[in-house]
Amino acid sequence: MKAFADLYTRLDATTSSNAKLQAMQDYFATAAPDDAAWAVYFLAGGRPRQVVPTRVLRELTTRLAGLPEWLFEESYQAVGDLAETISLLLPEAEHSSEHGLAWWLQEQLLPLRGLPPEELAVRLPPLWAQLDRQSLMVSLKLLTGAFRVGVSKLLVTRALAAMAGIDAKRVAQRLVGYTDLSHRPSAERYLALIAAESDDEHAQRGGQPYPFFLAHPLQQPTDQFDTVLGPVEDWLVEWKWDGIRAQLVKRDGRLWIWSRGEELVTERFPELHELGNALPDGTVLDGELVVWKQQTDKAFGIQPFALLQQRIGRKTLSAKLLAEVPVVLLAYDLLEWRGADWRSKPQAERRTRLEVLVAELGDERLRLSPEVTGRDWSDLARQREASRELGVEGMMLKRRDSLYGVGRTKDLGLWWKWKVDPFSIDAVLIYAQRGHGRRASLYSDYTFAVWDDASPGERVLVPFAKAYSGLTDEEMRKVDAIIRKTTVEKFGPVRSVTPSLVFELGFEGIALSKRHKSGIAVRFPRMLRWRTDKTVEDADTLATLQGLL
Amino acid sequence: MELVIARPEGLYCPPGDFYIDPWRPVERAVITHAHGDHARTGNQRYLAAAPGEGILRSRLGQDINLQTLAYGERLDHHGVTLSFHPAGHVLGSAQVRLEYEGEVWVASGDYKVEADGTCTPFEPVPCHCFITESTFGLPIYRWQPQAQIFAGIDDWWRANAAAGRASVLFAYSFGKAQRILHGIDESIGPILVHGAVEPLNAVYREGGVRIPQTLYAGDIAKTDPLLRQALIIAPPSAAGSTWLRRFGEYSDAFASGWMLLRGTRRRRGVDRGFVLSDHADWPGLLWAIEQTGAERVMVTHGQVNVLVRHLRELGLDARGFKTEYGDEDEAEPAA
Ligand SMILES: [Zn+2]
Ligand SMILES: [Zn+2]
Repeated sequence: MKAFADLYTRLDATTSSNAKLQAMQDYFATAAPDDAAWAVYFLAGGRPRQVVPTRVLRELTTRLAGLPEWLFEESYQAVGDLAETISLLLPEAEHSSEHGLAWWLQEQLLPLRGLPPEELAVRLPPLWAQLDRQSLMVSLKLLTGAFRVGVSKLLVTRALAAMAGIDAKRVAQRLVGYTDLSHRPSAERYLALIAAESDDEHAQRGGQPYPFFLAHPLQQPTDQFDTVLGPVEDWLVEWKWDGIRAQLVKRDGRLWIWSRGEELVTERFPELHELGNALPDGTVLDGELVVWKQQTDKAFGIQPFALLQQRIGRKTLSAKLLAEVPVVLLAYDLLEWRGADWRSKPQAERRTRLEVLVAELGDERLRLSPEVTGRDWSDLARQREASRELGVEGMMLKRRDSLYGVGRTKDLGLWWKWKVDPFSIDAVLIYAQRGHGRRASLYSDYTFAVWDDASPGERVLVPFAKAYSGLTDEEMRKVDAIIRKTTVEKFGPVRSVTPSLVFELGFEGIALSKRHKSGIAVRFPRMLRWRTDKTVEDADTLATLQGLL
Repeated sequence: MELVIARPEGLYCPPGDFYIDPWRPVERAVITHAHGDHARTGNQRYLAAAPGEGILRSRLGQDINLQTLAYGERLDHHGVTLSFHPAGHVLGSAQVRLEYEGEVWVASGDYKVEADGTCTPFEPVPCHCFITESTFGLPIYRWQPQAQIFAGIDDWWRANAAAGRASVLFAYSFGKAQRILHGIDESIGPILVHGAVEPLNAVYREGGVRIPQTLYAGDIAKTDPLLRQALIIAPPSAAGSTWLRRFGEYSDAFASGWMLLRGTRRRRGVDRGFVLSDHADWPGLLWAIEQTGAERVMVTHGQVNVLVRHLRELGLDARGFKTEYGDEDEAEPAA
């Protein structure tokens, strides 16, 4: 644990990539493989859920330190980080534990999950008494699920590659799916990351996906596209779908579905399992998981993202739910075909093969993300204006000669996302108003606010936008119930509420405005997501909003 | 009877008609120590503890009208008996003891309770009312023994020297710099100091404090490999200056009590932070207050509200004094 805490301290102390790289290389050079396995997991962004509730940690700290609650609070205010505050308040100990990160996690920390507070109060103090301040702080960060250190996955990849003497792209490939919670880090998995390259590695990959190739935002005005992008014929243009980016992997007679977060989500999408039988072995598709219900009055069957999010939140997937909220894969790329890695073939060739494959399969759960064609860029810009009605986020532009890169690289190929909602912000619902027509009985029109510093150390919520679209009916009913429960005052049709709900708002433009209290006006705001994963405190600030100007 | 009250000019003793560490010019100023926020220019007469004379004159001017007393020596003024007692903060730092009609008040200025060999250690002085600072008045502030900190500095310097890299350590030029020089292992390599630090080294040496041999940056040629073995002590204001360029690729560090927090360390943007303070930590403040036996406590600069509330919960009559101290030596960096 101490070696990992020292690594954390070194990484935390510097902003230089080279110094970080050196620190990681030093650590991996001496760490035991099982410890290194967990270190890679955390450095690459792996985050186990919170193990011990924050409240329990606070109470235990004030008791062990003999401090009143308010003094803990004052200290926390001064430090600004919970784990650090606790590590500074607990009685200081000599570091007496010889055990490494893996032992601490597997034998001591992770088994604490779910224990009652009384049990935690007995178990934690003797553990803490073995750790010096640094190690204590790091272990508290691991316990609260708040471990973050400023290294990119790319940098971790480089450190491992340099140490193992193998190509960084190979390590990146092996690292895909490493932080997925379905299998724990282990010495074996770590050794596999840094093993020498072998000829049959490709064949032994099991269900491993490829690192996702990511698009860059396109922000230039359309009249510059000819200069920036060249002729429209050089580009494959598609709609930008608002779903979950995923890879569908079929190998060895089995099917795996991976989300962009490199999480294995196969079990969440049973309706796609039959595709596993239809696809030939050695096929990897890249595409977007979306809820799809064809309606006669719409060009596409795509449903709001919120529905998909809701489905993912469900523990059990009933037949009824699967029928009501069916998911399809909109495929847009072919990364592996008949067991061969196709990523170094041009986009156009991959696309042609993909079109044939989808057509041959003829399965409505595997759809082709259609190509959008236009005479020129301004023609496409006109078509793009329909994005909102079509239920898409804008367009994707992929060079027809693009290879499939790794992450945000630009050297192998180029993808642009040309979004209609270039702006988004997490805001707090503070007022609600009754809707019209069908929604007259519901509080469906909301006023949103962001944080602003009224005076040093004191934040207030300033309203900046109103929005009423983007939620499903079911979400709206839930929000309505919460609004009624948290009402502070009523002014005619409007209610003010105790702030508790956070939404991601999307909007198309932003400008200074004297008419608004916030000094800012946004164009076409709408709710993109209900951020049930965020608290009011996590919402964005006016400064963030001003930063978009 | 209030022996000290807060006035716009500074802390004032009504029966004695003098000020303690005034922040505006007055006729009679009693000075606890020579840090800029406590000792200011423009007063007509100064009274201070004798070990601080050299520093006070070097900072405020050789010709100031200054009278000194040895620690413990008494002076009677308008019926107020005044004496100085060691505060252990920097060379010459003192607590001011005032006695009038049987009532005793002690104004501590700044103080530190761990002895460090560069100044007379802090001595608790029994009193009815104690005026305390509160710079590090939160329970998160608990210092490690200084020997550990010096060992850390030595290790860092040694590792840099081995890698052929100079070590630049930022520290306040009066007090902190000399304490570091006194505490480190001078055998590791040459020691260079910034021009702002050396005059104070001279005063400390004259005062009988052991300070190892120090060189000016110009004493070693830029091309001399010895420069890569050196420890360079510079004031924080030298960070980012052209003066530092001559040292090539160096490692930098900052020595201050504020380095305890990751946030301040990161804001400083240095490679290392060494937690070394010339002020009392939280246990030190509480210990000092308890040792005086005072039932009344006046809290000045720092975490005034926190310390006042805590002392009240301990059953003491505590109140805050609004002062203008705390913007020099170890005032929290604004950014
Ligand atoms: Zn001072
Ligand atoms: Zn002070």
